[in-house]
Amino acid sequence: MPAEPLLEVSGLTVSFRTEDGLVEAVRGISFAIAPGEIMGLVGESGSGKSQTLLALMGLITSPNAVLSGSVRFRGQELVGLGRRALDRIRGRDMAMIFQDPMTALTPVHTVGAQIVEQIRAHERISPRAARARAVELISAVGIPAPADVAGRYPHQLSGGMRQRAVIAMALSCNPALLIADEPTTALDVTVQAQILELIGRLRDEFGSAVILVTHDLGVVAEIADTVRVMYAGKVVEEGSKRDLFTAPQHPYAWGLFASIPPLEGARPARLSAIPGTPPRLSALPAGCAFRPRCAHAHAACAAMPALTGEGGHRAACVLSPARRAELLAAGEARS
Amino acid sequence: MLFALLARLGQMVLVMFGISVVAFLIFFATPGADPSARIAGRNASQETLQQVRHDFGLDRPLPVQYALMMKRLFVTRDLTSFVNRGQKVIPTVMNAIPITLSLVCGAAVLWVLGGLVVGVVAGATRGSYVDRGLMMLGLAGISMPVFWLGEVANLVTQSRWHDTWAFSWVPALGYVPLSVDPWGWFKALVIPWTVLATLYVGLYGRVLRASLIEMMQEDFIRTARAKGIGETRVLLHHGLRTSLVAFVTMFGLDFGALVGGGALLTEVVFGLQGVGKLTYDALQTLDLPMILATVIYASFFVVMANFVVDILHAILDPRARDAR
Ligand SMILES: Nc1ncnc2c1ncn2[C@@H]1O[C@H](COP(=O)(O)OP(=O)(O)OP(=O)(O)O)[C@@H](O)[C@H]1O
Ligand code: SF4
Ligand SMILES: [Mg+2]
Repeated sequence: MPAEPLLEVSGLTVSFRTEDGLVEAVRGISFAIAPGEIMGLVGESGSGKSQTLLALMGLITSPNAVLSGSVRFRGQELVGLGRRALDRIRGRDMAMIFQDPMTALTPVHTVGAQIVEQIRAHERISPRAARARAVELISAVGIPAPADVAGRYPHQLSGGMRQRAVIAMALSCNPALLIADEPTTALDVTVQAQILELIGRLRDEFGSAVILVTHDLGVVAEIADTVRVMYAGKVVEEGSKRDLFTAPQHPYAWGLFASIPPLEGARPARLSAIPGTPPRLSALPAGCAFRPRCAHAHAACAAMPALTGEGGHRAACVLSPARRAELLAAGEARS
Repeated sequence: MLFALLARLGQMVLVMFGISVVAFLIFFATPGADPSARIAGRNASQETLQQVRHDFGLDRPLPVQYALMMKRLFVTRDLTSFVNRGQKVIPTVMNAIPITLSLVCGAAVLWVLGGLVVGVVAGATRGSYVDRGLMMLGLAGISMPVFWLGEVANLVTQSRWHDTWAFSWVPALGYVPLSVDPWGWFKALVIPWTVLATLYVGLYGRVLRASLIEMMQEDFIRTARAKGIGETRVLLHHGLRTSLVAFVTMFGLDFGALVGGGALLTEVVFGLQGVGKLTYDALQTLDLPMILATVIYASFFVVMANFVVDILHAILDPRARDAR
């Protein structure tokens, strides 16, 4: 990794006050992203991926949410930053694409107007010029007849078009960091490919870093540089894409990557099912949260394992590297 | 658009026809409502009664009577009251309309502005003391009966403190035409406006607050926040703007009902001879021609208000525009 990180997250925790008491959706995760890096973030539904991203953007507004830890963007602390200062960064240097394109746009304004609004919030530019930029952006995300689409309302566009409009909006100020929460889940395969290409191009042309949440390991295989696997609010394994696909270390990752063919080859399926159900956040087991579902759980797992490993490839599991290699070799991990 | 307009007009005629028929029938089904007895006077002989029945066409079959009455109402416009002999119905209603319109329009301006301010401020400061205070005031406004509030206002401004500096400007109860004396018009109406608007400020403020709070939970608000456009803009341009649809719908219906005669209590308390007062008096005396005229007038405004609401709705909400 290059020396200066663009984004540095440490000990980020998001918890909610609920009827069952304080529930931690994100449990003290730390990571850093370099400029131009594309990080894939994977994990089961409910593992806290979206909450992590929202916390990065300062978008957790629930009065019942408690946020702690640190998020540094270009050295500036974002947690606890004032609204004005935050709004100078959001939308310009950091932008987000949301999980559900159907509800992400305000229904009463045209797509073009919503993009123009963002551009004009961050740049001194005439309405006319901003409008022209918006049309260019809409065209750049592969929507035909962009001038026409700019004048349309969200409900007049298909899901794919809406998602691309949201992406056009996110890209409008060439953000240094793009945060994308399952940007392609709602779309069909051809549109998915176009959007991934677009994200790749953003990195190539503007050197932007990307955090990409997805359930689709094929997408990760195609575009990511690094991968982080989340389980029950924690990062349980991190490393380069090659590390994760060729030699996953965490038993949970073994399950995830088990059904995935090699990096090159046919398009892989979505995350494979892992026996058992994700734990309830209000009743997490002590120590390793994967314990109830892990085939290799033993007494030592009752203590919380730390992320350990070499060369940036780290996993949070008490099994020794030798034991893991043994298991992997025996094919047990891929059963 | 033209088609929609025509359809609306047709609908309006149908509604007005239906309402007038119902009013007509209810009238004849009401015991003791025999108009000939009223017209002829209390101790009239059978012959006089017969004569009156014949003169007024009351011995004809009901459909014919209805048609005759409608003809005199709309075509010759010389229908006269059954109670105040010689009082022409149409000019009476025409004279009452500006009074009611003045009252309701002025109050509407107050309650829309007041409702917007209360709703937005309370919604934006949800859970704070400001919010709680505003909601309490709103509830108080809603629960105060309008005639009681009006009487209190009269008591204070017309007698108790009328001679103090604060209220010596208040004119005697009644209406001053806008065309005659605009300042007098304003002075005569500003207290009735405030009294009538009080209920609606509370109501609209509470409804807007609730809908704003609901809107602010929507996904698109999160998108707007992520754009870095500032919370005020998020609140007004995204939250309030989407909440306005429900607000405007409610406004149109209330406005139509009030202009159609629903401001009756306010009119009575403040001695304003508006349409509500007219309807009220006509119902008291079972004055069929007047009842028909005011009821048809009211239905016209209610349907009109619906029409205007639909247009505003289409302007405010692109989804409604396409649905047609
Ligand atoms: N307001 C809230 N109150 C209580 N718990 C919440 C709240 N919002 C989210 N959570 C919990 O936080 C956890 C993490 O949710 P999150 O949306 O981050 O999952 P995710 O990994 O994005 O899942 P998916 O793949 O389905 O999008 C979930 O278990 C959810 O129930
Ligand atoms: S720590 Fe124990 S329970 Fe957790 S993954 Fe490793 S072996 Fe399984
Ligand atoms: Mg999610």
